[in-house]
Amino acid sequence: MARTVAAFKVDHFQFLGADGKLLDEQHVPAVARDFDRLTDLYRLMTLTRAFDKKAVALQRTGKLGTYASSLGHEAAHVSIGAAMQEEDCLAPMYREYGAQFYRGVKMSEVLLYWGGDERGNDFSGPRHDFAWCVPIATQCLHAAGAAMAYKLKNEARVAVSIVGDGGSSKGDFLEAINAASAWKLPLVLVIINNQWAISVPRSKQNSATTLAQKGIAGGLPSIQVDGNDLIACLWAMEKAVSAARAGKGAFVIEMLTYRLSDHTTADDARRYRPQEEVDEAWEQEPLKRLRSYLIDQGAWDDQREQELLSECSQFVQQAADEYMDLVQNKPQPLTAMFDYMYADLPHDLVEQRAYAEQFPEDGGHH
Amino acid sequence: MAKITLIEGVTLALARAMEEDQSVVVLGEDVGVNGGVFRATAGLQQRFGDERVIDTPLAEVMIAGVSVGMASQGMKPVAEAQFCGFTMPMIDHIMCHAGRMRNRTRGRLSCPMVLRFPTGGGIHAPEHHSESPEALFAHMPGIRVVMPSSPSRAYGLLLAAIRDPDPVIYMEPKRIYRWQREDVEDDGEALPLDVCFTLRDGKDITLVTWGAMVKETLQAADQLEAKGISAEVIDVATLSPIDMDTIVESVARTGRCVIVQEAPKHCGVASEIAAHLADAGIWSLHAPVKRVCGYDTVMPLYRNEMKYMPSVRRILHAVNQVLEVS
Repeated sequence: MARTVAAFKVDHFQFLGADGKLLDEQHVPAVARDFDRLTDLYRLMTLTRAFDKKAVALQRTGKLGTYASSLGHEAAHVSIGAAMQEEDCLAPMYREYGAQFYRGVKMSEVLLYWGGDERGNDFSGPRHDFAWCVPIATQCLHAAGAAMAYKLKNEARVAVSIVGDGGSSKGDFLEAINAASAWKLPLVLVIINNQWAISVPRSKQNSATTLAQKGIAGGLPSIQVDGNDLIACLWAMEKAVSAARAGKGAFVIEMLTYRLSDHTTADDARRYRPQEEVDEAWEQEPLKRLRSYLIDQGAWDDQREQELLSECSQFVQQAADEYMDLVQNKPQPLTAMFDYMYADLPHDLVEQRAYAEQFPEDGGHH
Repeated sequence: MAKITLIEGVTLALARAMEEDQSVVVLGEDVGVNGGVFRATAGLQQRFGDERVIDTPLAEVMIAGVSVGMASQGMKPVAEAQFCGFTMPMIDHIMCHAGRMRNRTRGRLSCPMVLRFPTGGGIHAPEHHSESPEALFAHMPGIRVVMPSSPSRAYGLLLAAIRDPDPVIYMEPKRIYRWQREDVEDDGEALPLDVCFTLRDGKDITLVTWGAMVKETLQAADQLEAKGISAEVIDVATLSPIDMDTIVESVARTGRCVIVQEAPKHCGVASEIAAHLADAGIWSLHAPVKRVCGYDTVMPLYRNEMKYMPSVRRILHAVNQVLEVS
């Protein structure tokens, strides 16, 4: 005889439709009526998109290295930053600029990193946040470690990590869920499911109906939200962060969105996905629906939009100028590659550093 | 002062470090209630509680990754991998994160963690329990690699490793965990992480080794002495960075050198030392430098493991070859 010993369900949350209308006027979180806040976040989403466009343009004109675009992820990213406190810790992957800008990372720092200069990771924003993390999903465990540190030190701080649909296939992600569950860590794991891991679609990662249910398998409360709906993303993030801060343990949120750009500037998505799919995804994108909603509610208008766009283009130009000035006029010296390897440089590296200094003219920027 | 073994030196240093620094925590599989499969952490959970001596889920990648995260946020994790073979999945976090944290953030974050684990063969263990992967770790920028070979060096080097502001791989030669007893004072004195130890002075040949091979190398030196040959024995102890100066200075006096390592020969730490002697020591050498190593094979299962490892006989064979050159 069999009996059911465990059963689960995954709830999907969406409040704002693609047309900018609330799906159910009666059941919306309070933030849906906080127009000052929503307007601020809309501004940051718009700035993030303007920054993204500028960064791609810099890459196309040879002024920036390979760059990972955040196009289409603005609601998901900005909501993550907005739900966190300064003392919380973000362990990003490498395209969540909206979250980082909210937290105080400068646009010129993002450009420095993709422009091949380690100073980009020396954030002026939260000094304890993790750097961009290229080895997929490893950041989930660093966030779990940060959460463990805060728990052991009795600090009311939360660690947040972001992983993609591809990254959710990795052991690091699953081991982070497992550790967070075993130790009841103040951790929020956000899966930004943008449907594509470079050329591999979500359907080829696994046959699970949702990625959120991987959290449930590990014993964590887990939900799915529309990742193009800022209201849903922010509501879910705030719920998860405050639960974690209150000592209730970890949380998994899957945000469904779409990577409207190539994987990076080194990729050409036309090789593997149909344009019709991308066109359809543009109908769902997060800025348009939030803008429609705010206009409908009388909290936004065309004039403010035009002012914002011109302000954003000014800001991103300033950031680009600041970046170009640093790399052209104040480059890191050759010896900088040695100087941060250890707190105290070992004797063999002292020798190599002195040796390297004899060849200052070698290997200039190419 | 107590006469203790190498593994008790490890335990003593862990307890000392946890006593003097609240941010030091020990984590790993079976390190808590069980005190570790070799008992390296015996008694620590009873003394410091289960929040500082943490039994982890069985997940090596997690142990490494969580340690990186904790270390970057003000803790000093001392993680244990149960056996050397189980460090392989941890390498992503050691190589790609622990060793790069300070550099990639221009010093904004750092990673003062220790990963300690038993290494090497000779205890009749199952597969994957007996390898000597020190060269893998020594090749990684940004980390230090240490291997003690006596109770006092186990104590002093582990204290240094825990206090060091950067990541340290601390490899424990398990074959000699209980080989010798030595008076070790629990005085909190750390040893330097970049200095060789000359275990025996000699004038005819320099024998360079580390870890459990110190045992066979000292035995070889005894046998040579009986024949009137005076061998200097150096325990390298810190495999990254290596104190080449002490080795070069010794070879400058003896003119001859044999390097003994348990690990496979190809691209090993012995190769690095030999290459350095070919550069900085070439004019004082009277004979070729010989390496006596494990073979470039898979470590055999235990019935043949001692045939794999350098023996006293193989060390003496190499020494004789080097001494024959006039």
